[in-house]
Amino acid sequence: MTLHARFTLERDAMRLDIDLTAERGETLAIVGPNGAGKTSCLHAIAGLVRIKTGEITVDDEVLDNGTGSNFVPPEERHVGLVFQEHLLFPHLTALDNVMFGMRARGVERSAARAKATEWLTRVGLSECIGQRPATLSGGQAQRVALARALATTPRLLLLDEPLSAVDASTGLELRRDIRTHLDGFDGIRLVVAHSALDAFALADRIAVIEAGRVVQTGTVAEVCSQPRSPYVADLVGLNLFRGAVRAGMLELPGGSKLTVPPTPDGDVLATLHPRAIALYRTRPDGSPRNVWPAPVVSIETAVDRLRVQLGGAVPLVAEVTPAAVADLRLAEGGDVWVAVKASEITVYPA
Amino acid sequence: MIRSRRDLAAIALLVPVVAAVLLFALPLLGLLLRAPWSDFVPTLLSTPVLDALRLSLTCSFSAAACSFALGLPVAVWLAQGSSWQRNAVRVLVTLPMVLPPIVGGVALLLAYGRNGITGLSLPFTTTAVVVAETYVAMPFFVLTVEAGLRAFDRRYAAAAATLGSGPWRTFWTVTLPMIAPSVSAGLVVAWARALGEFGATITFAGNLKGSTRTMPLAIYVAFETHPDAAIVLSLVLVLIAAVLLFLLRDRWSPVR
Amino acid sequence: MTPLGHLTLLVATLAAGFGCDPSSRASTTVFASASLTEAFEALEIEFERRSGTEVDLHCAGTARLVVQLRAGATAHVLAAADLRNMQKIVNAGLADTAPRTFAKNRLSIVMAEGNPKQVKGLRDLAREDLLVALCGPEVPAGTYARQALDKAGISLVSVSDEPSVKAIMTMVQLGEIDAGIVYETDVRSAGNTVASIVIPERHNIVARYPVTVLSSGHATTAGQAFVDFLMSQPGQRILQSFGFLAP
Repeated sequence: MTLHARFTLERDAMRLDIDLTAERGETLAIVGPNGAGKTSCLHAIAGLVRIKTGEITVDDEVLDNGTGSNFVPPEERHVGLVFQEHLLFPHLTALDNVMFGMRARGVERSAARAKATEWLTRVGLSECIGQRPATLSGGQAQRVALARALATTPRLLLLDEPLSAVDASTGLELRRDIRTHLDGFDGIRLVVAHSALDAFALADRIAVIEAGRVVQTGTVAEVCSQPRSPYVADLVGLNLFRGAVRAGMLELPGGSKLTVPPTPDGDVLATLHPRAIALYRTRPDGSPRNVWPAPVVSIETAVDRLRVQLGGAVPLVAEVTPAAVADLRLAEGGDVWVAVKASEITVYPA
Repeated sequence: MIRSRRDLAAIALLVPVVAAVLLFALPLLGLLLRAPWSDFVPTLLSTPVLDALRLSLTCSFSAAACSFALGLPVAVWLAQGSSWQRNAVRVLVTLPMVLPPIVGGVALLLAYGRNGITGLSLPFTTTAVVVAETYVAMPFFVLTVEAGLRAFDRRYAAAAATLGSGPWRTFWTVTLPMIAPSVSAGLVVAWARALGEFGATITFAGNLKGSTRTMPLAIYVAFETHPDAAIVLSLVLVLIAAVLLFLLRDRWSPVR
Repeated sequence: MTPLGHLTLLVATLAAGFGCDPSSRASTTVFASASLTEAFEALEIEFERRSGTEVDLHCAGTARLVVQLRAGATAHVLAAADLRNMQKIVNAGLADTAPRTFAKNRLSIVMAEGNPKQVKGLRDLAREDLLVALCGPEVPAGTYARQALDKAGISLVSVSDEPSVKAIMTMVQLGEIDAGIVYETDVRSAGNTVASIVIPERHNIVARYPVTVLSSGHATTAGQAFVDFLMSQPGQRILQSFGFLAP
């Protein structure tokens, strides 16, 4: 079973031009900045918004081709969608919420009740069967919403930022559970993820949407190691450069040149891990060929390290230990010497 | 002795409040003080009073039911969007709310009277009472429910659709239960309006004991012949209204 | 008179009661039965012309006027449509003079223009194919109509106890009822927009209109002047021009 979604749609002054493919048995994470059109993309696949041109198909079945006549309404698509704010029906108990989809599809009350109970037990909420959504915690509600979607045995399961409404400590456990349920679901799985961590933890493949377009797709490993946009690089925590290699040197748009590992000439992308950047108070001697002075723009705390934003001809983010900051007497507005080994720079064709 | 501007502000608030409380409390007090308490029960249990009470309850509940049956589809359609057609229908449906009921009565007569444009010959029947009451009561129901529907988060209907529920099922199992407070508030206001309806009824349906003389008409008639009976009837309506407000206090009060 | 009319009058009465004591102005307040409306509007003009005293005329169903007067409304003169209601004013000690009959009226059957249902007399009113309305028993015209039907030995079901003869006239004109019993004067002032039949003398009822000067008006001379004018030849001529009979 394969989902092909190649379509355009216009909604609230936003224009989407999407091209996605997802296979049965794999989880595709959709990542991108706020307002990039991730949710609209899911809604188009679920049939909640109509596409303008293009086609959405599952195998040979056309769900929407923009003409209206081939539009399959959401209730007939067998697509499970877990909304960002769970959207459990407030007037129904957890059990009735999970039963809802089965009852709508004509399952007998007693059978639906049994299956709903089973699902709630499976997501670890057998205690909360009779509770109304208002009395559930964010994490519990999200589990009920997941059970509600899965209980209808959909062909596609779409999760829209399932972890955004829960706090960090619950998120950890919930993320693991969602991963388990996703792996147990034998259909096409799409997850809109807001954080890189969610995307990497839940997905096999990643599609990056920026400003309504898919800018990169690939396995988690591919996207992590070779981001193709500043957004993705930032997401995975890398410095990204776009430039051209000529005679073994990487030429950046501002005119700066960096020594990089041997690469054929041509347009390239290059990444540099923030921890691979060395900072000095004075010009360092020795092997690194890439050495230049740069002003310190800002210093931010990041878990056990400090992220130093550097300005100048080659803007970079470097990560150093707090001890190093003290030792180097780094301060915002001060200057520092930057040294990067050529071997730390990863170059790949643009 | 006024000590501060704060005290002054408190008094400035309190004076009109007291005036308003008196405005509402004194008429009620008047009814209670002038009520013929020794004759209260016999008057209440007399045939004309029971007839009027029975007729009022039957007609007002029927009018509330009609408002629901006709008003709900109208409210749903009105809430679906905004177009000049919808605005026109909204004005049409709201008109009886701002018109004097007597105008409604005359208009109903010209439409559904024997010589009216439909020639239905409704006047002087209990049906005419229900029609007159529905005419004045339904606008309240439609506007209340439309407001409820417009405030309804449609993403819940979308969620229901992804779970395999068609529009019809979604409306009855998700939308309607979720806007139930608006629907019940609308029903209560419509019912109360129907119960108190006078002008359109006496003009359009006439005034005959047992078939068209509802409580307000009975009060009107009694006021000229047996003022004591009019007071008893009025107190019965006050009591019904008070019981209703008490039962619905949670729905009604802005304080939860 | 319509219910809205009643309401307007009520408000007007209250305003009069609150705001301006009639004795403090050079005007005479007259409360008159609804069936006297047109005639008293003409009397008002003539009286004002002759005496230079302004008249405030309020017309409503007699029963309603009595309720308002007993509730404290102030007026100089009450012209009622029946003795029974007038007696309530006398009993309440509100009458300053003994009531005097100033006009008489008779009942008439009224039908839609052209008499499409071929009503020929009181007996026809009991026909099953006719919709007939009377005034309610609390209204003088309703009491008289029932007395007339009793005299003729006819029993009929009124489709509605209308609050005034004016309401019956409207219903007949709209064609919502086939026939009703009203005063001769109502038929006369409606002109040829309705058809009518005279009720024979032996079944007819003579309605007597009593008038009294009210004690609530304080300045009884003002009220007495209007009553005198009512009884005088010019006053009577005006009443008769509207179809009322001499007392």
